Parts: sequence; structure tokens; C-alpha cells
Amino acid sequence: MAPDGSRCAWTMRNPQLNDKGELQHLLTLEGLPREIIVRILDTASSFLGVTEREVKKVPLLRGVSVFNLFFENSTRTRTTFEIAAKRLSADVINLNINTSSTAKGETLLDTVDNLSAMHADMFVVRHAQSGAAHMIARHVASHLHVINAGDGRHAHPTQGLLDAYTIRHYKKDFGALVVAIVGDILHSRVARSLIHVLNILGTPEVRVIGPQTLLPTGVESLGVRVFHDMRKGLAGADVVVMLRLQNERMRGPLLPSAQEFFKYYGLTPEKLALAKPDAIVMHPGPMNRGVEIDSAVADGTQSVILPQVTFGIAVRMAVMSILGGN
Amino acid sequence: MRIHVKGGRLVDPLSGTDAARDLFIADGRVAAHGAPPDGFRADRVLDARGLIVAPGLVDLAARLREPGLEYKATLESETLAAVAGGVTSLACPPDTDPPLDEPGLVEMLTRRARSLNLARVYPVGALTAQLAGERLTEMAELRDHGCVAFSQADAPIHDTQVLWRALQYAATFDLPVWLRPQDAHLARGGVAHDGEVATRLGLPGIPPIAETIAVAAIVELVRATGTRVHLCRLSTGEAVARVRAAKAAGLPITCDVAVHHLHLSELDLGYFDSQCHVVPPFRAQRDRDALRAGLADGTIDAICSDHTPVDDDAKQMPFGESERGVTGLELLLPLTLKWGAETRLPLARSLARVTCEPARVLGVAGGHLGVGAPADVCIFDAEAWFKVAPETLRSQGKNTPFLGYELPGVVRWTLVAGEVRFGRE
Repeated sequence: MAPDGSRCAWTMRNPQLNDKGELQHLLTLEGLPREIIVRILDTASSFLGVTEREVKKVPLLRGVSVFNLFFENSTRTRTTFEIAAKRLSADVINLNINTSSTAKGETLLDTVDNLSAMHADMFVVRHAQSGAAHMIARHVASHLHVINAGDGRHAHPTQGLLDAYTIRHYKKDFGALVVAIVGDILHSRVARSLIHVLNILGTPEVRVIGPQTLLPTGVESLGVRVFHDMRKGLAGADVVVMLRLQNERMRGPLLPSAQEFFKYYGLTPEKLALAKPDAIVMHPGPMNRGVEIDSAVADGTQSVILPQVTFGIAVRMAVMSILGGN
Repeated sequence: MRIHVKGGRLVDPLSGTDAARDLFIADGRVAAHGAPPDGFRADRVLDARGLIVAPGLVDLAARLREPGLEYKATLESETLAAVAGGVTSLACPPDTDPPLDEPGLVEMLTRRARSLNLARVYPVGALTAQLAGERLTEMAELRDHGCVAFSQADAPIHDTQVLWRALQYAATFDLPVWLRPQDAHLARGGVAHDGEVATRLGLPGIPPIAETIAVAAIVELVRATGTRVHLCRLSTGEAVARVRAAKAAGLPITCDVAVHHLHLSELDLGYFDSQCHVVPPFRAQRDRDALRAGLADGTIDAICSDHTPVDDDAKQMPFGESERGVTGLELLLPLTLKWGAETRLPLARSLARVTCEPARVLGVAGGHLGVGAPADVCIFDAEAWFKVAPETLRSQGKNTPFLGYELPGVVRWTLVAGEVRFGRE
């Protein structure tokens, strides 16, 4: 709420851009100008060289304090942000905050206030609730930057960017691609961010493939075609993105068993053969081999799952560097 | 106290009156319209020139947060907010802490409310003990201690047999039961309308069928038991259609809508605005339009505020964890006027939905200004606009998505039982 009691200042404007339309926070890819996304990808490309040098450091964020604020456990994502920040010479402080207490919301803003008082410059936030990063961005002083490292089912923008980077790296032009995203779309912030970035970059056909129980209501409105039959959905695809299926969702009201899921929605060499011969296979990790993806595919020649991780560092460096004013 | 309300435009929806007419009040009741009764000498004259003189508003759902939740609001702060908003009678749901499931609690609440001498407070008793949906409360006894109806508030009854028995038992004593129709299983975990906005924002959804299925089940239970049932807070077009059919079949069903649902939809969630975290959730635009149409054709009987004061700390959380509800007592009149103006309804018809109609649902004498009626009066300036800001609200809850809105309708005086309980110069 604005000081005069009106809600306009916060609710009406894109909350991740500053007065000049520059990136102030990275909260979601939805609604971001194409130019900003392309700039991040181009910057990431220039950082890729840094990560391959003997001294893997540049002094772009010297003296900047980056706080990794993880309200939900994730060693992998936190580590990639930590590496990215350190390669930019920033100081990194990691905080894993237990969310089991009932007053976690109050703790959230109290924590943010305390860390701000320690002169944090950038917060990397992961939280189990959709919108948590937006709330923190609204709360912090205007010189601070918030990077959403995953909020509930809503968004995981750096993952979306690294996926876009990977696709651009292997496929060059988005203008003629068919991208198929397979699995648990309902709970997936990765899928939402990827769908947004693909649409912004002009991908003509984005498909989602899954059983009705794993597709959110009105998912077509995000700009995708829906397939329930994986064989049809994979036909002619240039890019196949497999999503992780959480353990607790493998048996219950959404799915009968991991086995049945794998039979109909797992990526096997036979199903992959329905896609274009040069199709690439992606996965945000960590993988459940034998649940959503066959090891022969995960380790096969079309898999770009490990390069995704490498590109992820460069993309996160690019985001931090741009937010840091470079 | 004899009061002469002079020079105003008297709008009394029950009789259809809308005319320049003075109002004379004596002994807590309406003594006459137009000309004074013989020998009337006013102790006080209220200059109502340019103002509307209407029955005090009757609100079917206002949480006062007592007992147990006094840190959010108190009986005093909220009944003051009521009269400041022109609300002279209100029904409070039983979801206090502890819930209103024992005669002692109800009696304490009504006694406290009477001693404050502000708005009339009508407690709605719990339908089941602790609102747990398992054991019936002593409904007849609670009625004798002042409960006007019985409800689960927003607490579910998972076991349909319990609901069936509760309705049978209530029917035995001809007690009305108020139910917010929502299938608890279908709504489980949801925080927003299950539609395109929730899909975009990644918020767990409450599907419209959670309401439709509950309405269908309740309609059949009413058919079987004959219980008088009031459906609270409809939010979907499909529910409106089913109530319309049930009414046409002659079933004793009434229903209401929360005033904020007439104005907002899922799109107003914007960037996770927790002020829009309400139950039932803001739904699609077409649902909002169906609610408006249902009100206009009489399918929906009343508009309520669903007043729920929430402290800032409980709202400053990620959307799904933030506490649900909006403050509404002081915005019921302005938002009803706004709806009436937008739908080009005569003032008497829009005001009926917050005066005589809810009074009929509640089964109390107020809600109109006929001679002999309790002198519960709301005198307001329909042409005056104000900007909604925290400091303009007397309620302890400042939580409303309408902050920053310019709204019409400023209350000048509120009279309860013939006494001025609120005045704004």
C-alpha cells in the first residue's frame, strides 16, 4: 500500500521494473519485455567463458552482499546461486530458514527487515508459497533487489531463463520450434516460467502433455496446446522438457502409481523417436530415473541435462550482474 | 426522546416510499411521516435537507471477534463501525473463540452488546458443538438465549448424515439454518478461484463445483426436511441458477451475497494482493455478473458485508498464508449504492437488499420505517463521495481491497431505537 492509503503504487505497475522500466527485481518472466530477456541471455553467453577460465572470477559485484534466503530446502538451486554470486566476487550469506513454525509469515518479513539492516544488497528467495517473492519485493527498500528462486507453484524465472538459454544454444531460432513439456504441470513453477519465456521469445508451438489431474484449470490460457496422449504430443517436437514428479504425488488422488505414470508419460527411447531426430531432451533436475525418464534417454546423446546446469550458473550470474547495475 | 427528522427524502423500501417527507420519532419508534402526530414536540430536530432518510441497514454477517479474538477487533470497535456505516442491526457468525455453542457465551455477548448501546447484535449460534461438525448444539436452548439462527460459519460438516440430522432437528423447532455452501473436500487446500488467474499465479484453486455440489446437496436436504435454510455468500453463477430453481419449486430457501463480490473478480488479485484473499474466493467476471443479475431479479435476497476485521500482520503474508476476509461494515452502504447506481436501480430497490430483505431473513422487526416500527434510521448523503483510507474506517480492521477507491454515500446520523447513536457533522 502506498503511504496515502491507495493501492495503486504497488498493484498497478509491473512490480519488477523500476521507474525507468529497468529490471529492479526478477520475480517472474511473465510480462517481462523481450529485450530484457534477450539481454540476460546475451550477458549469460559472455559469462560462459568466465566459468571455463582457470580463474573463474570477475570483479563485477565486489562489495555486494547477496543473501540466499531459502525457506524451502534446495541444496542444488542454492548452490548454483552461491557459485554465480561468488564468481562475480560478491559476498554470499546462506540462510536456510525453517518454515515449520506457525508464524512463518511474520518471521518472513521480520527476517527480511533484519537482513536489510545488515546492509544486504540482493535477496535470493525460495519459498513454498506462491507470491512470497512478490511480497518481499514490495516490502524492501527501493535500492534492494529480489531474485525469485522459486515460489510455490508460481514461478522459477532463472530456471526458465536457463531453459531458454539451453534451447537457444542448441536450436538458435525460437521462431520455428515445437517445444513439448511433459508431466506434472499443475504443481510446476518451472513449467509456468518456461511457458512464459517461450511465448515471449516467439515460439510458435508450446505443448503441455500430461493426464488431466496434473494440468491446471485453463492452462491453454497460458499459451499452450494440451495433449493427454504423449505419443501425439511428442510428434515433431524439437525440444522435450521432462518435469520432475514429486514422490508424494506418485500414489494418491492424482495418480495411481509411478509405474502407470512411467508407462504413459515416461520418456523412453521409443517415445523420443516420435520427436524430431535432432530433438533435445531437458530436465530441471533432480531426476527420477524410471519415473519420468528412462536412464537410456537421460544419459543418451540427445540429453542436454548436464549442460543445462552449466548454463544455469552463467544465467544466474547474468541476472545478478544486471540487477547490480552492470 | 422525540426526534423530528426534517426536510429529508424518505426512502422506505418495504412500503416503496420515496418522497420528500419528514419523519417523527417518539419512544424509540416511528411515530408519523409527513405531518407530526398530535401534540408532538421534538426534543431534537435533525436537519436532513439534501439527505436520504432510510431504514438502518441490517447486515447478515459481521464478525465482531468477541469472544477470543479481541486483538483483531472488539465488540466496541466493531459496533461503533456498524453505526458509523449506518448499520443498526447485525448478525454475528458463531466462529468466535470459543465458538458460540453454549447459552452462557451467547448471553454474555448479547449483554455486552446491549451495554455498549450502539448497534443491535443478533448472535447466530453454532449448529454443531465447537463447529466440529459432529455433535448437535442445544439449539432450542440457544434460541431461548437469543440466537436467531444456526450456522457452521465457514467450518465444514464433512458427514452429510450429521448435516441431515442437524436440519431435521432444527426443523423440529422451526429454527432457521444458515449454511455457506462449499464442499469441503473439493475446496481443500484452495485459496483462490480455480481459473485462469489462479493457474497463472500458481495458487491452489477452489473449483466452482465445490459450491454447486454443496448447493445441490442442501437443496435436496431442504426438500427432504422442510428446514428453513439461508445460503450465505453465493459466489458462482451456477449456484444462483440452482437457488432460482429451488425457489421456483417453492422450497424455503433464501440466500445472500457479500457486497465485495458484486464489484471484484479473480482479476483483482493482481500481483498476489492478500486484501483479495476472501472466502468464497473472487470468481470469474461472468460469475460476478450472474450475482448482480440474481440480486436484480430477487433470486438473491440480501447483500451483507461479511465483515471480517483482520490485523495487518495476518495480511502481510504470502497470499495463501494470509488470513482471509475483508472489513466491510462501513463500506456496505457505499458499495451497495455503487452497485445500485451502476445497475440503474431505483434507490428504494437497491436499499431493500440491505434493509427490509435481510430483516425478513433475520426475522426481526427492523428494516423499515412504517409507523410503529423501531426507529432504526440511517440518514446519509448519497451525493457525497469519500476516499477509502485506513483513517476513514472506525473498524479495527483496515483490510479491504477498496482502499483508495472513491465511493458515494456518507452517513450523517444513525439512530437505533429512536436515539442518535452516531453523528458526523
